[in-house]
Amino acid sequence: MPATSETTDQARLRAKTRLFTAIVVVSNVAGNSALTHGMKQLGDIGNSPLALIGALFHPWVALGVALLILWTLTHMALLSWADLSYVLPVTAIGYVLTALSGEYLLGETVTMEHWVGILLITAGVTLVGLTAPATATEHIPL
Amino acid sequence: MKCVLVFILVAATTLGDVARARGMKNHGEVREFHPGAIRSALWALARNKWVILSTSAMAVSFFSFIRLVSIAPLSFAVPVSAATLIPETILARLFLRERVDWRRWAGAALIAMGVVLISR
Repeated sequence: MPATSETTDQARLRAKTRLFTAIVVVSNVAGNSALTHGMKQLGDIGNSPLALIGALFHPWVALGVALLILWTLTHMALLSWADLSYVLPVTAIGYVLTALSGEYLLGETVTMEHWVGILLITAGVTLVGLTAPATATEHIPL
Repeated sequence: MKCVLVFILVAATTLGDVARARGMKNHGEVREFHPGAIRSALWALARNKWVILSTSAMAVSFFSFIRLVSIAPLSFAVPVSAATLIPETILARLFLRERVDWRRWAGAALIAMGVVLISR
């Protein structure tokens, strides 16, 4: 029965998309935080390529890079079946996690403006999350 | 310096994402995740011209991002990285031929506004 198999396939793709979206978001948020933390400790290092490569040996920067490698691989896998116009908005929930974790770790209170921003992002992510992850059925020849 | 970095960051990230989506669609859905399958997928992707273009652009994006966070606060760097949302959605429609319905346009617009608010 083609109808049933299509539904099963869609359900499978949706579950796989959820799992990979979660890994993409967490590795990106954790990776960028570790990287930023490391770069702040190093201070202004200048523009020389050697200094930039040297920065990669700082432990926090190295942890950030390792997480961003995981991000790269899972992001590539996710884009092998899901649309970019789906992946990009849905992974934007990472901005909310970054804002909340930053404010939680620094013990700051979340302002009204920030709550509105968090609400808008969450609404946008939910709206896009309701669409089918893969619509680009047309094959584009190279 | 800051303006140049912002321009490079936005342009390189947009190019990197769009080329990555294109290259991965050409590769096809990744279905198996055992080490052997991952190794052969990586080997095929290393010779995919869109993936090579994407990875080069992402490297430029990465170094401009770490330069930017070392001279500007995160509250500035974060909304800058979200500035790619609208141009990438347009390119997804025009270049990747994705069906971007009203929910995706509205979602992208809400998120862009939200990011501006949380970074102030």
